[in-house]
Amino acid sequence: MYVAVKGGEKAIDQAHAWLAEVRRGDQNTAVLDTAQIRDQLTLACNRVMAEGSLYDPDLAALAIKQARGDLVEAIFLIRAYRTTLPRFGASAPIDTGAMTCIRRISATFKDAPGGQLLGPTFDYTHRLLDFTLLANGEAELAETERQTLNEPLARVSDILGKDALLQPEPSGNEEPGDLTRQPLAFPADRALRLQSLSRADEGFALCLAYSTQRGYGRNHPFIGELRVGHVEVSMEIPELGFSIVIGEITVTECETVNQFVGSRKQPAQFTRGYGLTFGHTERKAIAMALLDRALRWEELGEDDTGAPAQDAEFVLSHADNIQATGFLEHIKLPHYVDFQSELELVRRLRAEAEQ
Amino acid sequence: MSAYNFAYLDEQTKRMIRRALLKAVAIPGYQVPFASREMPMPYGWGTGGVQVTASTLVPEDRLKVIDQGADDTTNAVSIRRFFEVTAGVETTTEADRATVIQTRHRIPETPLQEGQIIVYQVPIPEPLRFLEPRETETRKMHSLGEYGLMHVKLYEDIARHGEIATTYAYPVRVGKSYVMDPSPIPKFDNPKLNGSPAIQLFGAGREQRIYALPPWTPVKSLDFEDYPFDPSRAAGQCALCGSTSSYLDEVITDDSGGRMFLCSDTDYCARRVQEGA
Amino acid sequence: MNPILRATGITRRYGERIGCADIGFDLYPGEVMGIVGESGSGKSTLLNCLAGQLTPDAGSILFDSAQQGVCDLLTLSEMQRRTLARTELAFVHQNPRDGLRMSVSAGGNVGERLMGVGARHYANIREQALSWLERVEIPADRIDDRPSQFSGGMQQRLQIARNLVTGPRLVFMDEPTGGLDVSVQARLLDLLRGLVRQMGLSAIVVTHDLAVVRLLADRILVMKDGQVIEAGLTDQVLDDPHHAYTQLLVASVLQA
Repeated sequence: MYVAVKGGEKAIDQAHAWLAEVRRGDQNTAVLDTAQIRDQLTLACNRVMAEGSLYDPDLAALAIKQARGDLVEAIFLIRAYRTTLPRFGASAPIDTGAMTCIRRISATFKDAPGGQLLGPTFDYTHRLLDFTLLANGEAELAETERQTLNEPLARVSDILGKDALLQPEPSGNEEPGDLTRQPLAFPADRALRLQSLSRADEGFALCLAYSTQRGYGRNHPFIGELRVGHVEVSMEIPELGFSIVIGEITVTECETVNQFVGSRKQPAQFTRGYGLTFGHTERKAIAMALLDRALRWEELGEDDTGAPAQDAEFVLSHADNIQATGFLEHIKLPHYVDFQSELELVRRLRAEAEQ
Repeated sequence: MSAYNFAYLDEQTKRMIRRALLKAVAIPGYQVPFASREMPMPYGWGTGGVQVTASTLVPEDRLKVIDQGADDTTNAVSIRRFFEVTAGVETTTEADRATVIQTRHRIPETPLQEGQIIVYQVPIPEPLRFLEPRETETRKMHSLGEYGLMHVKLYEDIARHGEIATTYAYPVRVGKSYVMDPSPIPKFDNPKLNGSPAIQLFGAGREQRIYALPPWTPVKSLDFEDYPFDPSRAAGQCALCGSTSSYLDEVITDDSGGRMFLCSDTDYCARRVQEGA
Repeated sequence: MNPILRATGITRRYGERIGCADIGFDLYPGEVMGIVGESGSGKSTLLNCLAGQLTPDAGSILFDSAQQGVCDLLTLSEMQRRTLARTELAFVHQNPRDGLRMSVSAGGNVGERLMGVGARHYANIREQALSWLERVEIPADRIDDRPSQFSGGMQQRLQIARNLVTGPRLVFMDEPTGGLDVSVQARLLDLLRGLVRQMGLSAIVVTHDLAVVRLLADRILVMKDGQVIEAGLTDQVLDDPHHAYTQLLVASVLQA
C-alpha cells in the first residue's frame, strides 16, 4: 500500500545541517574571519550595503559569510534584518559638496578646480591574474603618495550651473516619500524613482543603462563628475533643538551631463542624471544616473521612444533583486495542485480531439 | 528569538497591515496597497500571507498551515515552524480546530466555519495582469468596472479549445463589483469561496496588495450563459480513504506509467481513514 | 430636428502654436461631415478633441446621447465618457493596429464591445460576430484567425466591424482609407458608404483625400492653419470653391 510522502520537517532539518557543513567547507582551511571579509572584500560588502540599504560593514561581512558569498542572498539577509529595526527619525540631507574625496573625476573637463583624483581604481590596471596572490603572497606595498582632498571641492555641476549651462534642479522642502514605508504607486516622482534605483540590483541597472547607450532611449551622457568619499551624517535631535553628527559614511555620487533641451524661446541647456549609492559602488552609481536621466523624458519634454529604460513602471517594478529572486525561485515550490488541473484539461482536450 | 516581537512583526507594522485589512474587508475584492515588509523568507514563498497571518494572530489562536492542501509539505512546515517560534501559538493540522488557516493553492475540504480566518498566499493579485501589464491601466479598469477584456480571454479559450481553458487562479466577480484573482487554487475550490462563513484574507507581499472577502460574500466564477463555470475534477477515487468527491493528486508509482490518486487535503484524508478503521 | 453633435469654440494650442482655433459646427443625425485640409491644418487635432482623445483648451461639445440626453463630452466623468465610447460612439483609426487587438481572433475583436456592454452568451456573441464579418466581406472561416494574418484592407474592414457591432450613432474616422492600395480603397469606400446609409450613421471623416469626401460626405469643412476657411455642402464646395486655398486643393486633385 502506498503511503503519502511524509517527513517535510526532517528533510528541512537535514538540509540545514548540510548547508552549515558546506558553508564551513574543508575543516583543514582556516575559518574565514568576518573582519577579513570586511577589510579585504570591501567592494562585496559595499554592494551588499548599497542594495541591502543598510550601512553597516560588519553586518554586510557577516551576511556574506553566512550566504557563502552569494551576494543576492547576503543582501536578502540584510534587508530582512533591516526591516525589523526601529526607526528613530530621518537624518538631515547629506552634503556631498563637503565630501572628503578619495576619488573624484570629471570627463567633461580636462581639469577642474581641485583637480582630477584617481584614487583606488581598477580603471587603468591590466586585467592580468596576479599569481602572487594565489600563493598567498603580497607584493610589497609601495610608498604611495596618498592624497585625499579634505577641502570641499566645488561640484562640476555647480560650475556649469553658474553660467546657466546646466538646467537647475528645483529645490523643495517637502518631505520625500519613503519606498520602504509606503507602497510604490505610479506615476512615481523622482525622489521615489531615485530611492528605488539606489537599491536596485546592480546587474539590472548596469545592463539597462547600457541599453540606453546602445540606442534604446539614448540620452548622450557625459560623466560630469564622479566622486567617492566620506560624508558626515547629522540628525536633528528634537530634545536638543539642534543637529548633531551621528557618524560618517562612504558614498559614491555620479552626476551626468546630458543632451541639451531648448527652443527658440528657451535657450539651450544641458540636463543631468543623478546617482548616489552607499559605499564605493561606482558602476552602480553611473548606471543609476543614466537610468534616472532616461526616466525623466516626460518632464523634459522628450519623446517616448518605447525603450524599456524610459518606462518607469517597467524599470521600478523589476529593479529589486530581492523581489525578483524570491518570485523566480518560488517556482521550485510544489505546484502539483495547479499542475494536476492543467494535466486533466490537456488529457481531456486530447481525448476530445481524437474522437 | 526574544529579540523579536510577538509573531515577528513590530506593532507599528501590524497596525499598518490591520488598517489595510479593515479597508479590504470594507471593500470586498478591492486590492488595497500596503507597505509590504521584507520578511525572513523569500518573496513569492508566502510573505504576503505571513504578514497577514502575523497581523491577525493573537496568543489564543490555533494555527494551521497548508501548501497544496497538505500540512507536511516543506513550505507549510517552514511557515508553521516560523510561527511556532515567533508567536508561540498552538498549531494543528485539523481544519475544524484551527482558528486561523494559512494556505497556498487550496481550500480545505472540511467546510470552513463562522469565526475562522483563512489567509491565502497570493503571487499575482491582479486578475487583469496578463491581459494588461500596466498597473496604472488595470487600476483604471477596476475603478470603471471595465471587464469586457476578461471575457474576451474566456471567449478566445472557447473558440480555440471548445471550453474555458483556465484551470486554476480562475477569476471571480465579487458581488456585483470587483473582478478578483482567487489565488492559484484549482477552479474545483472556487465554489467554496462563495458565501463562506469564514473571513477570507488574501496577502500578496511582493506585489504589496491585500484584499478580502468578508463572511457570506457572494462570489461568482466568470463564465458564459451557454458555457457555465464547471468546477469538475477528474473521475477518480482516493487510494487511501476512498473519497470520490475530494480534490485528488496524481502520484506516479513506477516508471511504466502506473499511477494512483490521493486526496490533496491530507487532514481530510487521514481522518476519513481513521473513521473508516 | 436637434443636432446630434454641436461643437462650439473648440480651441487647442500646442504651446505657442495653434492646433485649431475657435471651431464650431452642428452635425445632424444621419449626416456625414468631411474635414479636409493638408497635414498640419489642424484637422486631426480637431478630430482628436471631438473624440475625447485630446482635451481642448476651450470650447464645448454637446452630444445628443440616447442614454444620457444632451451632454457635454468635455465635462462628463471618465466613466460616462468610456461608456459612451463603447456604445454610442466609435472611432476608426487610420492604422488598424491602433484599433484592433492583434493577438485576439477576429471573432474576439468584434465580440469585445458586446462583452464590454454585458453580453454573456457565447453563441449569440459568435453569431453576431459572424454576421458582421459577412457584412464587411470577411469569409466566415476566418473568424478564429488573428488580424495579423489578414491583409491591410481586411484589417481595416475588421476594425470597422468591431466598431459598428454595438450600433453606435456617431462614428469618427481618421483617414480610414489611408495607407491602402487604390483598388482596395475603392472597395472599402463602397462598403463604408453602404453601411453609413443602411445604419443611418452620423459620421465625421478626416481626410486629405477629396475623393473620399466626395463619395462619403454630405458636407465639408476645409481647414487651414487651424481655422475653418470654407464650409458647405460637399458638391457645392468642391464644384464651386470660393476660398483661394480650396480652389488650389481642388485644382491639385484635378491635375493629378
